[in-house]
Amino acid sequence: MKRGFPILAIVTALLLSFGLYEALIGAPTERTMGDVQRIFYYHVPSAWTAFLLFLINFAASVTYLIRRNAKADMLALVSAEVGVVFCTVVIVTGPIWARPVWGIWWAPGDIRLTTTLVLWLIYISYLVLRRFSTSGQTAVIAAVVAIFGALDVPLVYFSIWFFRTQHPSPVIGDGGSLDPRMWHVLLINWVAFLCLAWLVCWTRYQLEVAARQVEEAQALQSLHEVSR
Amino acid sequence: MTVLAIIRATLAKDLRLEWRSKDAINAMLFFSLLVVVIFSFAFDPTAEESRRIAGGLIWVAFLFAAIVALNQTWARELRNHVLDAYRVSPAPANPLFLAKAFGNFIFVSVLEALMMPLFVIFYKLRPLGPAWELLPIAILGTWALVVNGTFFAAISLRTRSREIMLPLLLFPISIPALLGLVNATTAVLTGEESARFWIALLLAYDVVFTVACLLLFETILEAE
Repeated sequence: MKRGFPILAIVTALLLSFGLYEALIGAPTERTMGDVQRIFYYHVPSAWTAFLLFLINFAASVTYLIRRNAKADMLALVSAEVGVVFCTVVIVTGPIWARPVWGIWWAPGDIRLTTTLVLWLIYISYLVLRRFSTSGQTAVIAAVVAIFGALDVPLVYFSIWFFRTQHPSPVIGDGGSLDPRMWHVLLINWVAFLCLAWLVCWTRYQLEVAARQVEEAQALQSLHEVSR
Repeated sequence: MTVLAIIRATLAKDLRLEWRSKDAINAMLFFSLLVVVIFSFAFDPTAEESRRIAGGLIWVAFLFAAIVALNQTWARELRNHVLDAYRVSPAPANPLFLAKAFGNFIFVSVLEALMMPLFVIFYKLRPLGPAWELLPIAILGTWALVVNGTFFAAISLRTRSREIMLPLLLFPISIPALLGLVNATTAVLTGEESARFWIALLLAYDVVFTVACLLLFETILEAE
């Protein structure tokens, strides 16, 4: 496992630089939006990566509640933290793109925008809960909150679906109006972002393992001191 | 003891405690009174404007006020280790949860019944849509806030500074319920559109989260 880390790091760096080159120079310029549209190659892959990480968090939380496996808990923590980072990228790049294209920074009635924002808020409250929890049962209550958060997402989606939506839906799917060259660049960037997410999660996971070992060792040591 | 007996006993105890101390209801009433007065100074709306903003105002005021009742739901049981005693007793967990949620529902409903006339007076409200729809909206919406509130209050017991933790957990999850409540109320007040969809949304929210709370409450109660 240790040898895999530098290889993955190098692959990630290469893919990210290739993706950046392709997004800024390789991809064709969009006809109506112009160069601003190139932020798409960061906005969309970040969103997909964030949603994937939140999905992993949900699966890990359910697994933890069933099996009470410490690894599942650590995976849930790591995926939530990294997911929040990618989700922040989405929320920051969204308005930067929206301002020149829609003429407004933020469209409160928009379905994907608002769902993403609520998702972001839910996962931040999840991380705050983990930080503030005192008992040895952080993992259990965090897993329960993660399940509540996941149940909330479809309800948020439908509540906003009722409003008219401003987000450009036909860009992806719906007959593929996206230029194949653009698809290509988008997928390269997504793969690069996935590698980056994997790299960060891996590092954070090792850190969490080490932190828990230290905690355990300290607890043992203080027990020895008391008994002596 | 049957499930109903446990619910009745716990609910009666909570209502009696509240009737004698009136801690939660007084704090909630005064808090929402302050919100009504301060906002009426801040906006000084015409009848037309107030129809548009009152829905949001009323429910945000009630949500903030409800936090008072929700926070003391379980904190009361920590003194003298009542919750620990409940945990070792053979009684199932869910009736306890339901009794607490019903109790909070009653407190918040009383608050709403007392505060509504004040809102009508201060904001010159006269609904243009079907006013009877406000009743199912209030019932479903109050339950939506209270069922999750009671559950998250039990979660925040396990954290530092639990009184701050409860709103931090509850508000993000309650966004769809609040959206439904505010839009349904505004729809009835302005009479411009039907509140049907929002009532259906509130119903769906209630069903989903009541089931989730009942499935997961035992896990939370036993987590120690």
